[in-house]
Amino acid sequence: MITLPCPWCGPRNVTEFAYGGEAGTRPDPATADPTTWRRYLYTQANPAGPVTETWLHRAGCRRFLIVDRDTTTNEILAVRRPADPPEVQR
Amino acid sequence: MITDPTAAAACLPNRLPPQPGELIDRDRCITFTWNGRQHVAHPGDTITSALAAAGVRVFSRSFTYSRPRGVLTASYLDPGCTVQVGAEPNVRGSHRRVAAGMAVSAQHVWPSLEHDVKTANQLVGRFLTAGFYYKTFIRPRRLWPAYERVLQKFASGGVVPDTTDDGLRYDKRYAHVDVLVAGGGPAGMVAAIAAAKAGASVMLVEEEPGLGGHLRYGSVAELTRLRELRDAMADSNSIEVLTDAVVAGRYDGNWCSVVERDVPGLHERLTKVRAGALIVAAGLVERPYVIAGNDLPGVMLSTAVRRLINLYGVRPGDRAVVLSANPQGDAAVADLQRAGVQVWAEDARRGGDIVRVLGRGSVEGVELGDGRRLPCDLVVTATGWTAPTSLLNMAGDTPVYDPRVARFLPHQLPDDVLVAGALAGDGDLDTLMDHARAVGELAAERATEPDAVRGRVLPVRTAADAALPELELHDHPALFRGRTHGFIDFSEDVTSRDIQAAVIEGYDSPELAKRYTTATMGPSQGKLETVNTVAEVAAATGIGIGAAGTTTWRPPYAPITLGALAGRQFEPVRVSPMQTWHETHGAVPLVSGAWIRPDRYGDPATEVRAVRTAVGIIDVTPIGKFDLHGPDVPALLELLYVNRWQQLAVGRVRYGLMCTDDGVVLDDGVTGRLGDDHYLLTTTSSGASGIEAWIENWLQTERPDLDVHVTPLTTAYASINVAGPRSSELLSRVTNLDLSSEAFGYMHVRTGTVAGVDDCVVWRIGFTGELSYELHVPAGYGLHVWETLLEAGADLGVRPFGVEAQRILRLEKGHLIVGQDTDGLTRAGSASLGGLLQLDKPDFVGKPELVWQDRAGSGSVLVGLQPVDPIEVPAEASQIVVRGSTVGRITSSRHSPTLNRGICLAHVPASMAVPGTTVAVRLPDRREIPAVVQKQLAHVDPAGMRLQRGDAPSPTVGADTRPPNNDRPVVSVPVCRSPITLPEPPARSKAMTADSTLTDLSLLTKVHVRGHEHGPLAAALGVAFLHAARDPDGVLVTGSEPGAWTLIGEPGTADQIRTRLQALPIQERITVIDLSHSRAMVRLTGSRARTVLSHLCAIDLQDSATPNGTCLRTSVAKVVTDIIRNDHDGRLSYLLHTERASGSYLVGQLQQLVDEHADQPG
Repeated sequence: MITLPCPWCGPRNVTEFAYGGEAGTRPDPATADPTTWRRYLYTQANPAGPVTETWLHRAGCRRFLIVDRDTTTNEILAVRRPADPPEVQR
Repeated sequence: MITDPTAAAACLPNRLPPQPGELIDRDRCITFTWNGRQHVAHPGDTITSALAAAGVRVFSRSFTYSRPRGVLTASYLDPGCTVQVGAEPNVRGSHRRVAAGMAVSAQHVWPSLEHDVKTANQLVGRFLTAGFYYKTFIRPRRLWPAYERVLQKFASGGVVPDTTDDGLRYDKRYAHVDVLVAGGGPAGMVAAIAAAKAGASVMLVEEEPGLGGHLRYGSVAELTRLRELRDAMADSNSIEVLTDAVVAGRYDGNWCSVVERDVPGLHERLTKVRAGALIVAAGLVERPYVIAGNDLPGVMLSTAVRRLINLYGVRPGDRAVVLSANPQGDAAVADLQRAGVQVWAEDARRGGDIVRVLGRGSVEGVELGDGRRLPCDLVVTATGWTAPTSLLNMAGDTPVYDPRVARFLPHQLPDDVLVAGALAGDGDLDTLMDHARAVGELAAERATEPDAVRGRVLPVRTAADAALPELELHDHPALFRGRTHGFIDFSEDVTSRDIQAAVIEGYDSPELAKRYTTATMGPSQGKLETVNTVAEVAAATGIGIGAAGTTTWRPPYAPITLGALAGRQFEPVRVSPMQTWHETHGAVPLVSGAWIRPDRYGDPATEVRAVRTAVGIIDVTPIGKFDLHGPDVPALLELLYVNRWQQLAVGRVRYGLMCTDDGVVLDDGVTGRLGDDHYLLTTTSSGASGIEAWIENWLQTERPDLDVHVTPLTTAYASINVAGPRSSELLSRVTNLDLSSEAFGYMHVRTGTVAGVDDCVVWRIGFTGELSYELHVPAGYGLHVWETLLEAGADLGVRPFGVEAQRILRLEKGHLIVGQDTDGLTRAGSASLGGLLQLDKPDFVGKPELVWQDRAGSGSVLVGLQPVDPIEVPAEASQIVVRGSTVGRITSSRHSPTLNRGICLAHVPASMAVPGTTVAVRLPDRREIPAVVQKQLAHVDPAGMRLQRGDAPSPTVGADTRPPNNDRPVVSVPVCRSPITLPEPPARSKAMTADSTLTDLSLLTKVHVRGHEHGPLAAALGVAFLHAARDPDGVLVTGSEPGAWTLIGEPGTADQIRTRLQALPIQERITVIDLSHSRAMVRLTGSRARTVLSHLCAIDLQDSATPNGTCLRTSVAKVVTDIIRNDHDGRLSYLLHTERASGSYLVGQLQQLVDEHADQPG
């Protein structure tokens, strides 16, 4: 079982976390056209390799975290808090 | 019948005089039965060693051909020695120790071991080729049931008992170690000792009941080395040794499953180990030699005869022919000679060979490579090794075949998996032990280096490790099959000829040939057969073994019983504070998620009538409740809900509908404004936990600019809905609130005293369509308020009603239930709640899709529907059809006691939603009945008159003997109750004397305070997240979340703590909430506390990871629980608290473990 290094709690079993899917940016609802909006809603890149994901530490600190994970090896490349800029690695 | 076991043991024909390394206790004798006949054994004997000593040679009949089989490996893997022990099937006879009185029998024989009908298969053996069953019994299909009945008699396996009441107990636990060593031979022992010396915590796992590996059946000099190693092991107290146990699997992050057998009081235990480093020291498995007759009883591997002679003092035969290609074979020759066996040794390194084994039912002789025939009763082969690389493959390695040593070698491993012993390379004992020592030290270094993160997934590396001494490789002849064909898979009865046939038929890779022939798929799972299978495929295809590759090793390495996998069952159950009342008053339970709720107490129709005509009360505790504090609450509500929130006045309640960003209905509920910056939001019962995550997601990731503190309060309150025309009258008797319409109108909220309980939130809403009040009372007083209401309203005809009556009432009123009347495609516009939509709001979740849907006018519409024939009640999910095709469906339907007719809610196309339209409903029995679309969703009181006070029909039941009197409330003294019950003192005193105790601390004050993670509040409290400390006043301050603290004090000190927090001289907006009623809390104290918790949670509880003063939240028995390490009077102690409704379940799990470990030795 993989562990996720929660930026607040430290490494914990992945079963403590809820998967939130690939991290995406919500388009501006005022200007988004249906194509853009539905791409945001339904389209996932699902790569074989590094991917940026959102996880919730459901059974722990109840915080959301952003995880860069290699889907082919399960190696955790980086993890950060949602408020951190993307280049931050914890 | 054996009358004198000692005398019987003394004259066993094949028992040798005492051997230096033997495991049997010759001073004691025990008896057991084999196929009903009594036998004698010494403690320490395996089933097969005891029987072999008595001259038994045949232990089973083979899978397909029913050939007699005997001892081959004398180890756990022995394929022909699987037996039934009492009710337990598939016991490994060469591994399981004989116990006094054991009833052992051969399995899968028909009618008996000696005379088996299936033996006839042997005669037609050459027609039973690979894939025979597939090809023969597939046609004609109609005959399959007949084939199946006969074939079942041929099937392998023992007899599974009819009941689960076999008295066998199983267990599951978690463990955390720096270094896990798989294999307790000399390399594993040395590596474990070295790692422990380097400061690592170590777990050593060995499959056999004793440590030592091949040293155990070695020479006197080797036994001396073994004794030294065992002494060194005993000196180290940081090594946990598990014998008769196997590392069955290795998963990402060195998460390993360890199966332990023969644990005191348990049949099997599964331990999930998180290891910093894994050392695989599995040794080598001896490989059978494939020649004609190689499965006859009396053909054994060299390691088997060495085990029989040296461990059990059993002479394996009288005249032996040995084919040896390595020192282990030479040692077997020496052992046999010492045991008085006549030996003919063929040296494979000098061209010696055995062509076939002769005999019917047992070995009678051999044909040697030069054509000579020798009579004998024992054939021993030492032709090479299989490297059991299973755990390495699971770690991502693809071992490579080295033809020089004729076995697979490790190739690419992650940093945290290391290899020691013969699996890594060759050398004498000292060389391999030196190497293992270095491996142990390196493993300890990697596992304990300061920045080591246990459970990290590491990239696989190829480079050999410079830190380790290089091991040499010794040439070994590649002996797989001789000049004749023989058995490759003894469990599945697959021969080398079958593999050849499979290749000819096109199954020309090991993976394909394996599946076609089932070679390697039997109980030994390839540990004996894989390399021979691959070699045969390679030979048949003409490609090398390296190119042919191997089959995939998958977990588990060793079989695990289903009992151990199931282990301890964690099925959380949540109950309201009134559940005991419901149970004692005959409520039929309804399981709704984890909640147990009262579905009905009697006839739901009667309960409905009571609510429509008088007053009823229902326990609605599972409704999700969230405290919202902060200046931006209106902005948050505007975002989450499709309707408008900005102008909600203090004291008002509003219904809201939530959608996801694709416009689909997610949840609904009412939210009330309790103060300027203070709201209480409710959700559906089933949606509560999902909505918590949903709201936090928006606050944490999309709108961190919103200043709102959200606190889940679902079980902090017991929720009771008081509904019916006389609800106001009933409530007025027990509250200080003014219930007049002018003071407390529809969709208003008030906070006040109910039944003497302060701080109750009361809102006037009407899910049932009646005048009703929803009471949210501090949960400890829930049962008190419930009982007070029933007592105070007895004369009004008050009665409890269940979830079923509520469902009827709300359907009569036309109130939808999210998830029942909506599904994953129902957008807000389709739920007939379009009127709520405020599409002109700048943004809310789901807005774009709802705007587009509104423009397109698309989607179905939820309508009220009534069958023309009033007695018809179409089943829910019945279809609405037009000329045979489905256009809509019934989402809810019931018989309405109020209207005495069937009523429904249904989704229909917009074109059919016009009131008065007749639609066709197709019932499950395919009848079609007409039904009429109604003007509105509500079937009863569409105008909502009953929700208004004074407009309800006059009461018809319950003679009112006592006038309502607001000045004289009926109140007994409130009783605050704990959510948990610990055993009565007698049972508990036993636990008190034992070394772990549970104490109920649920009545302690728990105050939650929220601020910024690193702000002034954090500085003032001086306790960081994940830590706990007592302040000068004795209040335990726990950093329970980043930016949130739980302060634990004596009962009744909530106001004191709150005042102190609010008086802190800090410039920060903080939220203080009393969560005393919200949490169930226990203290677990004693030296066994850690053992108890290690069965329930996956957190490392050692001092190094969680010292005194640690505060963390994790999953305990599948319930989210806060654990505070809070040692007490110098004794190990934990405080555990969880949300109240799960408390009773959690404490039940804890109590069970406390009891289990009460009477076990330390």
